[in-house]
Amino acid sequence: MSQGTAGGEGAPQVLPEGKERQRKRRRRKKKESKTRLVHSNLLLPEAEADKSKRTVLASNRLKTTKYTALSFLPKNLFEQFHRLANVYFVFIALLNFVPAVNAFQPELALAPVLFILAVTAIKDLWEDYSRYRSDKEINHMECLVYSRNEKKYISRYWKEVEVGDFVQLRCNEIIPADILLLSSSDPDGLCHIETANLDGETNLKQRQVVRRFLELDSEFDPLKFTSVIECEKPNNDLSRFRGHIVHGRGKKDVLFKENLLLRGCTIRNTEEVAGIVIYAGHETKAFLNNNGPRYKRSKLERQMNADVLWCVLILLIMCLFSAIGHGLWVWQYGEKKKPIFDVPGPDGKYLSPVLASVYLFLTAIIVFQVLIPISLYVSIEIVKICQVYFIHQDKDLYDEETDSQLQCRALNITEDLGQVQFIFSDKTGTLTENKMVFRRCTVSGIEYSHDDNAKRLAMYQEPDSEEEEAAPKGGTLSHRDSICSHQSIKVIHRSQSTKTHRRTGSRAEAKRASILSKHTAFSSPMEKDITPDPRLLEKVNECAKHLEVMRSHEQPLSHLSPELCDIFDFFIALTICNTVVVTAPNQPRQKVRDRFELKSPVKTIEDFIRRFTPSRLTSGSNSSSSSSLATSKSMHRFGLSLLSSTSTDSTLLKLEEKLAYSAQMNNNGYSSQQGRAAVGSGPEEGELRYEAESPDEAALVYAARAYNCSLVGRLSDQVSVELPHLGTLSFEVLHTLGFDSVRKRMSVVVRHPLTDEINVYTKGADSVVMDLLLPCSSDDPRGKHQKKIQSKTQNYLNLYAVDGLRTLCIAKRVLSKDEYACWLKSHLEAESSIENREELLFQSALRIEKNLHLLGATGIEDRLQDGVPETIANLRKAGLQIWVLTGDKQETAVNIAYACKLLDHDEEIITLNAESPETCAVLLEQCLQCVESKFSNNTIDEATGNMTVGFTPLYPPSSSVLSSLGLVIDGRTLAYALEPTLEDKFLALAKRCRSVLCCRSTPLQKSMVVKLVRDKLKAMTLAIGDGANDVSMIQVADVGVGISGQEGMQAVMASDFAIPRFRHLEKLLLVHGHWCYSRLANMVLYFFYKNAMFMALLFWYQFYCGFSGSSMIDQWYLIFFNLLFSSLPQLITGVLDKDVPAEMLIAVPQLYRSGQNMEEYQPHMFWMNMIDAMYQSLVCFFIPYFTYYDSEVDVFSWGTPITTIALFTIILHLAIETKTWTFLHWSSCIFSIILFFFVALVYNASCPACHPPSNPYWTMERLMGDPMFYFTCIISPVVALLPRFLYRTLQGTLFPTQLQLGRQLSKLPPEIRSNLLTKLNVKETARQAQPFADSFSPSLSSNASDCCKASNQSTPLPTSPQIRESLFQEHTKAEHRTDQPVAASPQGAVLPGESKLPSSARSLERSLGFHDVRHGTSETEPLPVGATFPWSSAVDQVDFSLLKWITSTPLFSRLGTALQVSSSSLQNETQDSMCVLGSSLQVDFKGLKEQSSNNLQDKMKGTQADHCKSDNFETTFL
Amino acid sequence: MKNKTSCLPQEAGARPSRCPDNSAFKQQRLPAWKPQLTIATVLSSFFLTGAFCLSVGICLILSANSIREFQINYSDKCSECSKLRENTSNWNKECHCSVNFTLKEDMLGDVFMYYGLQNFYQNHRRYVISRSDAQLLGQNVNIEKSYCAPFTTYQNGTPMAPCGAIANSMFNDTIDLFYNLNSSVVQVPLLKTGNSWWTDKNVKFRNPKSDNLSSAFAGTARPPYWQKPVYLLDEEDERNNGYVNDDFIIWMRVSAFATFRNLYRRVERVKQFVNGLPAGNYTFHISYNFPVTKFKGRKHVILSTVVWSGGSNPFLGIAYVVTGTAATLMGFVITAIHLKLRKKKTYFQK
Repeated sequence: MSQGTAGGEGAPQVLPEGKERQRKRRRRKKKESKTRLVHSNLLLPEAEADKSKRTVLASNRLKTTKYTALSFLPKNLFEQFHRLANVYFVFIALLNFVPAVNAFQPELALAPVLFILAVTAIKDLWEDYSRYRSDKEINHMECLVYSRNEKKYISRYWKEVEVGDFVQLRCNEIIPADILLLSSSDPDGLCHIETANLDGETNLKQRQVVRRFLELDSEFDPLKFTSVIECEKPNNDLSRFRGHIVHGRGKKDVLFKENLLLRGCTIRNTEEVAGIVIYAGHETKAFLNNNGPRYKRSKLERQMNADVLWCVLILLIMCLFSAIGHGLWVWQYGEKKKPIFDVPGPDGKYLSPVLASVYLFLTAIIVFQVLIPISLYVSIEIVKICQVYFIHQDKDLYDEETDSQLQCRALNITEDLGQVQFIFSDKTGTLTENKMVFRRCTVSGIEYSHDDNAKRLAMYQEPDSEEEEAAPKGGTLSHRDSICSHQSIKVIHRSQSTKTHRRTGSRAEAKRASILSKHTAFSSPMEKDITPDPRLLEKVNECAKHLEVMRSHEQPLSHLSPELCDIFDFFIALTICNTVVVTAPNQPRQKVRDRFELKSPVKTIEDFIRRFTPSRLTSGSNSSSSSSLATSKSMHRFGLSLLSSTSTDSTLLKLEEKLAYSAQMNNNGYSSQQGRAAVGSGPEEGELRYEAESPDEAALVYAARAYNCSLVGRLSDQVSVELPHLGTLSFEVLHTLGFDSVRKRMSVVVRHPLTDEINVYTKGADSVVMDLLLPCSSDDPRGKHQKKIQSKTQNYLNLYAVDGLRTLCIAKRVLSKDEYACWLKSHLEAESSIENREELLFQSALRIEKNLHLLGATGIEDRLQDGVPETIANLRKAGLQIWVLTGDKQETAVNIAYACKLLDHDEEIITLNAESPETCAVLLEQCLQCVESKFSNNTIDEATGNMTVGFTPLYPPSSSVLSSLGLVIDGRTLAYALEPTLEDKFLALAKRCRSVLCCRSTPLQKSMVVKLVRDKLKAMTLAIGDGANDVSMIQVADVGVGISGQEGMQAVMASDFAIPRFRHLEKLLLVHGHWCYSRLANMVLYFFYKNAMFMALLFWYQFYCGFSGSSMIDQWYLIFFNLLFSSLPQLITGVLDKDVPAEMLIAVPQLYRSGQNMEEYQPHMFWMNMIDAMYQSLVCFFIPYFTYYDSEVDVFSWGTPITTIALFTIILHLAIETKTWTFLHWSSCIFSIILFFFVALVYNASCPACHPPSNPYWTMERLMGDPMFYFTCIISPVVALLPRFLYRTLQGTLFPTQLQLGRQLSKLPPEIRSNLLTKLNVKETARQAQPFADSFSPSLSSNASDCCKASNQSTPLPTSPQIRESLFQEHTKAEHRTDQPVAASPQGAVLPGESKLPSSARSLERSLGFHDVRHGTSETEPLPVGATFPWSSAVDQVDFSLLKWITSTPLFSRLGTALQVSSSSLQNETQDSMCVLGSSLQVDFKGLKEQSSNNLQDKMKGTQADHCKSDNFETTFL
Repeated sequence: MKNKTSCLPQEAGARPSRCPDNSAFKQQRLPAWKPQLTIATVLSSFFLTGAFCLSVGICLILSANSIREFQINYSDKCSECSKLRENTSNWNKECHCSVNFTLKEDMLGDVFMYYGLQNFYQNHRRYVISRSDAQLLGQNVNIEKSYCAPFTTYQNGTPMAPCGAIANSMFNDTIDLFYNLNSSVVQVPLLKTGNSWWTDKNVKFRNPKSDNLSSAFAGTARPPYWQKPVYLLDEEDERNNGYVNDDFIIWMRVSAFATFRNLYRRVERVKQFVNGLPAGNYTFHISYNFPVTKFKGRKHVILSTVVWSGGSNPFLGIAYVVTGTAATLMGFVITAIHLKLRKKKTYFQK
């Protein structure tokens, strides 16, 4: 029986009906054709003929509701019966209608099932209604649609828009459907859209009017539109649109995605556009892209489902037992001596024993059905919804800066948050801010350190947040407020109600319509205002001046010195080699300029020939550039006379002045000051904003602007750059070869306006660009020089990386006309090919990006987010292993890792860089051996380190310190290591490293690593990331977390939880995760207990009623007990109980391990609960049984007290398990009891013959007048719960779990507590936490030896160096050393029942060479004691002041014992401390001490060396 | 946790921030009582429980001990009758039986006379439901639809009154008690009404409305095992006849266990029986009709007094005493542990 699937499937299927409908339609249409034909709707009613066809196309009406008034009932029921549990319960209810086996009144038996179905149905109905309402809201938004009758655009509702309509949109309007752009107010036929609603990217994207319509002379007139558009069927690929438009005379134009405006996007920067609707409503790409929330099965739920299956098994066994019993009971009377009370069947014949037992089996299933908790799944769903609600409401997970809060997108894995063992984190944007700041650069082999810039950045470091808040508040923030507020409301609301996320975009878009946005992605002054390096600035100016002079004298550019030339090209490359869009945010751009007569990119060879014929080249500068130059020149004359007319010296002086000034003016926008103020340039210039797809691009453009080389305009075919002295240069962009993660670079092919040469500017990762450089012969001096530059640059690059900067190389290539022509031919072929176009384009890009000339490199800083190191430290203390998977280069990644304390400087780093699978295998093997030998021999084997394997020399391990390991692996090696043959070794190595850093990893590799750990180690994994490259990893992990940061929404869309900041992970996991887990685990266990206990009462009764399936509990109580009387308290506890307060969970992250180790719900706990349930039910059954034995009591007068007793017991049991009592807990418990009595009294008094076959008339009333009833009801729960209460009492005292200790700690007065905590944390940080989450090792059954080794390795770690020294000096101290690892071993804490502990202890001793007596001592250590105090591993015994504290707390009392054993002087200290603190915790201390010491004592008496110490013992106990 | 995320107060007119409310409920900071198992609470709970249980237990035992009870298994004593009844064909043969016994002590107060049955599974599932409450309410219902099957109608269609297996198997022995006083035999006056629950007699069971009882039950037939129709159950007392006959009502209240007793008569406290039954020799005169040997059953007749706490069963008292003792012992154990662990004042920590 797959109760399991029921949990997931039970959640409503979120595929909206619209989508299904559409799918059907698509299927239908597939038969018709593969493309869609769109005609203008204005084309006269002749289209009537096509009417039938047209109705097939979806209208723009939004319908995400699943049901209609008519279809609701059947459809909803159908959906609910997908859940197996429902089918099961309905089956049982229906079984009641079979007279031979029925147990209850059939109608009544249906009630609980109907109730559950009704609750779910109402929930679905409510969700559907809210969907309906929001649909309506969106459907009634207005837009301008062209009307044939009125011959103009008139306002219509969105829902009335149809395919083929012409729609006009204004700036900042939201696009109502997928529209083919036909006209734009922009003279270039461009239109910018913001796709934030679609993919979250806030940069603007360009869209273009269909070519032929751009060439129209007159205004676009929809009435004249007669073309037919043939395009793809609706699909969900946002980045693709193919089709063509057929004009009247059979001419065809190809359509690209650049021509399509997508629904949900917002028009920006463009006054007015118009177009024809291609896809509407549910067929728009935005809609096809939306998937509902995801349904995952949590680990706890899987475990629970297994236990549900056990319950089923128990049920079947009980039924079978009853059936056999009944058969025997019938059989003993024989055929002839049928007793008078054995009622024959309706036909008057008696059943044969066999048949009777078969019938009884079915009856028993009905009677015992309570064992399978009907309300379990519903209750869990309710509890999870409430948990999600509370997580949402947490103020600590709210980020003020972005006004965003946590979003739960997956509703049913909240408890998984409490069990995470591995965190896989992206670096950029996750650990860092993803605010890219230009930091320094090197050009032509000379480094410009930008010290001022560094100072400036340092200045931001502190008042950072304030400034950032203050600066954009006016525009950006308020705007974000407004957008987000709506979204958030919706989101909360939606996720609570398991509602679809389909229209997040359109929801927000609706609200957004009225808002004028000034939003841009990169607005902080920190990113924009770069202080230029004076040396470089000077060179730039010099260079520009030269150029200017050269041009005015018509000299060729080659006269420029190579360095200056490089500098010039470097900045040109920075400025143009990108996809940055320039916007003036406030108004749509008013472009007034001459049209470039040449269209670019070059589309045909003829075009090329026409454009690049020598005649054109010889005709001097081409018209456009000359004209633009001419205009700009004149402008320059005013502004730059200052600089250009004076001598170099004076320029320098002026420059210095200027710099001094600019330093002051930093925050006011330095670059706009530069030169431009003097020019009095156009009003928009000062406000230019750059919007880039990736933040690095913008950073580079801002950097170039600081050097007066600013990007002022970008069109599809042209980039305008404003330069000092030279004015605005317009580069004709021939091709843009976009960035991709395989090439790791991007290039632009431009025609240089000054030289008219064709230049390729390439910008990319240094590893790839350096390989593509023109190989320079070392013979000629120029080549030598070039080589030197290259090696210098490489050096600087390495330096940058060490500083944690992101590096980019800038290179250039000058193409000859022939080369270009040749390449162009193949490129055009590639572009025009239909099959594997992408592949061909890729190849084409490779062909042109070679033989590059290195210009320089840049270093961009990506700053760490707030609180990242602290969060990582805390998460690590919580036993989480954190792996960072990044695409960055190794050095950068390592440095960021140091910065965020992921790696530690006294840690040894294993670096794996292999060139081939073979070397990788060898490396892994060597490392493994090395690590093992290291840890077993306690020495560092230098010999194993060779060229590639080796411990980073930077941090030489001191021979006395056994530090933990860090593993750094690069992408290529990772690829080899992930091969099936090597993955085990890799994992074995990675497992023993404290931190793992994978650099240069592709998205696929990221997901493979996560998968590897998840599957091989059976560990709970969490992946956190913010960008599209993390999506696959987020999807693979058990828990995916997205950071709703700057880099778009893809990660968030794929995630289960979205948090605004990395640091929020701490509270999310440590507090909410822990709570959710412990609440749900306890609730599930309680559920099993409750049902088993209640059901067992009925089972015992079978022994006294001839196994006839009769029940002493009235059927009403039986059926409603779970549903009404006992459900509320457990729900309240499941939602609100807090085992440890939040501040303690944060302060003591170690408490999180309870979740990782499944301490709250271990497999044996199910059985413990079952046994407890059996015991309690025996008590609750037999006390009334013996009380009423041989009396005149009737069935229900006896059954009703039992019901009452069971209710009391169950509620009191919950009370024992509840840790915090709010008024809600109280009232729910009291309410439940009152409700029971109320229902019972009313029911028993209602009418004497209404409830056949039961007739409990006046039973309760009479019972309540009977003292025996009260006496029974008092004694039974007391007896039933006494053992549990005693157990809780004793266990909490003698063997408290960490959680209980944490709870205790929170009870202490604040000053003592904070004192303890700070000391504990000092400890922890000193120790730098455990290296691995050992807890997973038991699950790795494949290699048990591994586990052993792992534990072997772990044991020495807590030892501090001082200990080690003292160890050999003082023999007595050896004593506590042996104890310590036992206490310290997390495995002991995790699995007290396993034999891990002794083995780890033994292996420790072997490695440390202790003699056998100690060995025995630690082996016979009582497990629970050792298990209780994993924290104590932290303790550094050398510190005497700490010792006082240690021994005075129960947490460390175990350790304290050992210490006391070791020396009497210490003991005095301890006694003092006891007196001083007077801590009440000592009781534990002493108890434990006794326990452990008894064992110790026995063993130690055997050794002569310890005799004196055993005396010490005696004194200690008293 | 840093308190960095404390929300700024909302400016007037500003759009609502997404910052969640800072209410105790939403932030899960509701004032809560965190029960602490201190030594005081633990010990006091154990000792108080112990003391309470012990005292209640002792009271219960004392009161149970004050009960006088006398029980005779007459299915053994009347073995001839038992054998006769084993054969169903002898159903209409009468069988009488006398059982002598001696009360050594007076039975003071109200004395109740029970018949007890052993191994009679009145709680069998199909037996329990085999009745029609509506019919017993005097309503004219179609009992075919009730749970009475197969004891609903005879083959000729005549409905049974009352229907169902419970009614059919009604206990039909008559027991009379005689007091042998100085060789003169005095019949002990027994009350046959007022033994059932008041609500049963007055609400749950009612005869069909008619001028006289026999006409009310016209058109119905007695259940197959009965010797006389329902309207002749008590020919002396009109108000104890038909469905409202006390013996019938008591029988219809099905017992919880296979071994049970039902109240049969009460001793009427008149003449020499004013104070209950005096010690002496007595005789039960039993008209033996109810067969039990077929299912290895036993029949008893029981004389018993009652006290405030109910019947004669001392179990509850013992249970209280045992529990009280156990709780007290646990209290001592915990105290011992506590003292052993620490002498100073402290709380017993959970």
